[in-house]
Amino acid sequence: MELKEKLVSSFLAFENTVDVDASIHDIRSNAIKIFEEKGFPTKKEEAWKYTSLNAILKHDYSIFPKAESAIEFKDVKKYFLYDLDTYKIVFIDGKYSSHLSETTHDKIDVCLMSSALMHDKYKVVIDRYFNTVATEDGITSLNTAFSHEGAYIHIPKSVVADKPIQIIHFSTGNEAAQFLQPRNLIVVEENAQVQIIERHQSLSDAPVLTNSVTEIFAAKNAFVDYYKIQNDNAQASLIDNTFIAQQANSVASVHTFAFGGNVTRNNLNFYQNGEGIDSILNGVTILEGKQHVDHNTLVHHTTPNCESHQDYKGIFDEKATGVFNGKIIVNKEAQKTNAFQSNNNILLSDKATINSKPQLEIFADDVKCSHGCTIGQLDENALFYMKSRGIGEKEARALLMYAFANNVLESVKIPQLKNRINKLIADKLNVSIGFDL
Amino acid sequence: MLEIKDLHASVEDKEILKGLNLTVNAGEVHAIMGPNGAGKSTLASIVAGKEEYEVTQGNIVLQGEDIEELAAEERAHKGIFLSFQYPVEIPGVTVTNFMKTAINETRKAQGLEEMPAKDMLKKIREKSELLEIDRKFLSRSLNEGFSGGEKKRNEIFQMAMMEPKLAILDETDSGLDIDALRIVANGVNKLKSKDNAVIVITHYQRLLDYIVPDYVHVLYDGKIVKSGTKELALELEEKGYDWIKEEINA
Repeated sequence: MELKEKLVSSFLAFENTVDVDASIHDIRSNAIKIFEEKGFPTKKEEAWKYTSLNAILKHDYSIFPKAESAIEFKDVKKYFLYDLDTYKIVFIDGKYSSHLSETTHDKIDVCLMSSALMHDKYKVVIDRYFNTVATEDGITSLNTAFSHEGAYIHIPKSVVADKPIQIIHFSTGNEAAQFLQPRNLIVVEENAQVQIIERHQSLSDAPVLTNSVTEIFAAKNAFVDYYKIQNDNAQASLIDNTFIAQQANSVASVHTFAFGGNVTRNNLNFYQNGEGIDSILNGVTILEGKQHVDHNTLVHHTTPNCESHQDYKGIFDEKATGVFNGKIIVNKEAQKTNAFQSNNNILLSDKATINSKPQLEIFADDVKCSHGCTIGQLDENALFYMKSRGIGEKEARALLMYAFANNVLESVKIPQLKNRINKLIADKLNVSIGFDL
Repeated sequence: MLEIKDLHASVEDKEILKGLNLTVNAGEVHAIMGPNGAGKSTLASIVAGKEEYEVTQGNIVLQGEDIEELAAEERAHKGIFLSFQYPVEIPGVTVTNFMKTAINETRKAQGLEEMPAKDMLKKIREKSELLEIDRKFLSRSLNEGFSGGEKKRNEIFQMAMMEPKLAILDETDSGLDIDALRIVANGVNKLKSKDNAVIVITHYQRLLDYIVPDYVHVLYDGKIVKSGTKELALELEEKGYDWIKEEINA
């Protein structure tokens, strides 16, 4: 059976297993209809021109996670940011893992979507925010239809979360192929602050497809600092749909570190509504083999005096392929917008590919918008310069690549995370020197 | 120290060095002068190991070892240092971290432990004082936005840090005002010893007032056509190169 049919026909069974009376029943039912109508995106759609899901949709995925698998912390420790005190919301094959997690209800809520959907205590927040910024495209609707589990984070007014929050999804390979659909809701109220690190990690070679949806709300003067670490193995694919609604004077920043996976698609959408907003989208992509990453960003400026800053760096080796599709919409009312976008790429091999496409739709007349895109190779003169100082070829290349990505790495605000990212890059480039640039 | 024998080299099938011979002993300073396009910078790049040049004939021997097959970094590990005519800007890598990496990679290749951080800092401080380099300068990105003089001073600072056996200064005087020239020359002179050697490539005599050469060579059309002592440099300054060209073509 085609995956689409399998999903649609599983819907009723799914709702029966969760909570058919839940307030979001209507939302789910409506969403499955949309998915049934629209299905998975194909390359015929402009936004999916360079990313095909065909191959990854062919596996016979298990749609519902089975019982929790046992994972010892010591076996997965390396995927955690363990040298930093954090809250942790951990899932194994889509099921909550209490023994790996550390949640809280003290001042802030760091807990599970499933319990937030079930308990009346959270109803006000769910009714007000859930599925209000996620779009009604096929894949997002598919997630909405099956939305049940994920992270629920609520930071009340004027509270600064006392430590960062890690959201980690493990897949064990207990199923021949696993389809996962986490759904996260993050509400950061007025003047509140939070830092979040999200990671998806497959622990086996079994195919995994994750279709994740995260809705983030940054109220007035809120501060959201979000990091996505995508360093999965060659059989794991990810469609990450993130929607961020920002109100006046809020700052929301998302860093995406795309270092591995089979097919990775990042749909990262910012919607501004209020003056003095800053939206920051940074990314470092380092790929090899036949890996594919597609960054599809949207910043929608609807109000005056706001800013957005996008800086994506990509390094592609072997037959890796990358896509950067950055859309900026500036409404007529959004005067004095400052919107910047930059996408720089290095191709290390003749067979590597990058498709970079800025898309600016500007309807206001008093704005500063710029975009720049470069595609090049490593500078041979710089390589010779470094080598003439005794730095070996491999290390010199690595140092140049670090330097290339440096301004994005420097903008990571959690020092332990910055160290970890540096280490991941060093491992990836197969060098042992620590570049504390 | 260095012996270059009948060196022929070309780039993209164009022969640039056409049978060059040069012997430099430890403790000596050699100046190489010559008109534009004679092959001076090519010689410097070839000795340092730039790959786009192809050595078609001859040998480069450093301390008894043929080095023309070695990669640039291996030559650096054996003590060759090139001060670039046009130092490359590397945004994102600070001067300090570049030097730390260069020194530790070289030590690693020589089978030594990494230099302890304390010693490294001490050395950086000493050598930056020698070149009168401001501390703030060391945490800036390598050569990025440096003035011409700052770039050259930074080259000699790197030389001081690396302590090479053979230093080749490729037009280190170009772009330097007289004060910077004095600082750079002073740095080079302080680093000179009986165990190392310096090759100074220059268009002008003025640098040689400060770094006094034991020998002066004229490179013309890919060969060393005349050698002498420091007086030759003065003669060249005064009379230009035409008389040499005439001598050769006669």
